Amino acid sequence: MTDPGYNFAYLDEATKRMIRRALLKAIAIPGHQIPFGAREMPLPYGWGTGGIQVTASILGPDDTLKVIDQGADDTTNAVSIRRFFHRVAGVQVTTRTAEATIIQTRHRIPERPLTEGQVMVFQVPMPEPLFKLEPRLAETRRLHALGDYSLAQVKLYEDIARQGEGGSAYSHPVMVNHRYLMSPSPIPGFDNPKLHMSPALMLFGAGREKKIYAVPPYTSVVSLDFDDHPFRPVRAPHACAACGSTTSYLDEIVTDDRGGRMFVCSDTDHCAENQMARKAAE
Amino acid sequence: MSPILEGQNLALRFVAVRALDDVSLALWPGEVVAIVGESGSGKSTLLRVLAGLAAPQAGRVLYHDADGAAQDVHALREAERRTLMRRDWGFVHQNARDGLRMGVSAGGNIGERLMAAGGRHYGNIRTAAAEWMARVEMDPARMDEAPRNFSGGMQQRLQIARCLVTRPRLVFMDEPTGGLDVSVQARLLDLIRSLVAELGLAVLFVTHDIAAARLLAHRIVVMRHGRIVEEGLADRVLDDPQHPYTQLLVASVLAA
Repeated sequence: MTDPGYNFAYLDEATKRMIRRALLKAIAIPGHQIPFGAREMPLPYGWGTGGIQVTASILGPDDTLKVIDQGADDTTNAVSIRRFFHRVAGVQVTTRTAEATIIQTRHRIPERPLTEGQVMVFQVPMPEPLFKLEPRLAETRRLHALGDYSLAQVKLYEDIARQGEGGSAYSHPVMVNHRYLMSPSPIPGFDNPKLHMSPALMLFGAGREKKIYAVPPYTSVVSLDFDDHPFRPVRAPHACAACGSTTSYLDEIVTDDRGGRMFVCSDTDHCAENQMARKAAE
Repeated sequence: MSPILEGQNLALRFVAVRALDDVSLALWPGEVVAIVGESGSGKSTLLRVLAGLAAPQAGRVLYHDADGAAQDVHALREAERRTLMRRDWGFVHQNARDGLRMGVSAGGNIGERLMAAGGRHYGNIRTAAAEWMARVEMDPARMDEAPRNFSGGMQQRLQIARCLVTRPRLVFMDEPTGGLDVSVQARLLDLIRSLVAELGLAVLFVTHDIAAARLLAHRIVVMRHGRIVEEGLADRVLDDPQHPYTQLLVASVLAA
């Protein structure tokens, strides 16, 4: 089953050890970015090179892997990364959130509450939450060291001034463990509350930027906001057209060129479970 | 009473050039002091060293905070120095682009210091920003516009509002009216003078414009080749200059 031409999970053991060391540091300092020597991976930057290296380093033969792209298990990136690990590590793969021990993701945290022992691996395009505000990386590091996050607050002020209500729909910065400002990677603000006191371990890998950071289980994660404009997770005010859920995060799908559109769950596994439950009830 | 800021025997060399050569200077609370001199005389360097932006090679800078405790500015830890800079001090740059965030709206620029000081109430920050825009004679209705939409004089006013919003005790200004046309300069000087009087600020400003120094300063310090060559009350220095260089400087002002 496993391709004999590759080491288990593709990466060589020395690289995995290096990444695991970075992971341990990252877990010890929640929200702090740890540099690591990211390798070339057999997929382009922006497709999840950081996430795939983290997954490769923590994967064991008994793990069950789920890969999500935009909440879905059946999109190109999700399918190809899942097949990749099935081929080079021979591990069990699944689309069921409940069965997975490791979930590599881009853009979403599953709707089903995570449990202890599960590990989320995020693919991060830009780990630095201050990068649009302060172009000098040396200066952003200094600001992190000093805990000076007024810039991020200014950005938030600008969003509210321009768009009325708390602006960023995704990648809304969070304070981790009351110390470090962290980019939650491009997950929608809707998913930010799921990071707070989560029983699962959250690992973030940025391949191009060569950074790893983490949120250990049961850690405080607070979205940045103002006292009089508290952070509010946004969701389209509709019910899912497929399963009828009114609580899950929805994708808007344009169905024709005359303004027709429908809303369906972005989490395909959650939607399928809901539909099964509905059928069983009928 | 002790001085609010004290530079003691400051020295700084740029390779062969003595930018500062054993310079000592005291600034008292509520006092406006102008540093004048030709280009390359070390006046901007002196300002940067006193403001903690550049380190001297010898000598020290003492700041006496509101509680009367003396702090050696260059011996402070960086976190402490930054806190000091945004709580007790302000710095107005010659070029508004150096002092403003050009990608952030006028209101955001003013509010940044409040947020840095821990302000987390959007409504209060906006009220303060609008109030300060009005105080520097800008239209508060334009607070959501980017600084690039404003003229040079208005950008400078915005920079002043941004500095003063946290009510600092001490403001440094580096050629605050440089690069502006004469009528705009006059109004800006007028504004600075009234704000300084109203807030009881101590101001240390650098200029090569003798007229600006006469209008604003209580005391004038004349620098040349990295040394203070003359120092005294503004009208005394300008009306009765003692040092040959000061005499030259005063004599070369064009009478309108």
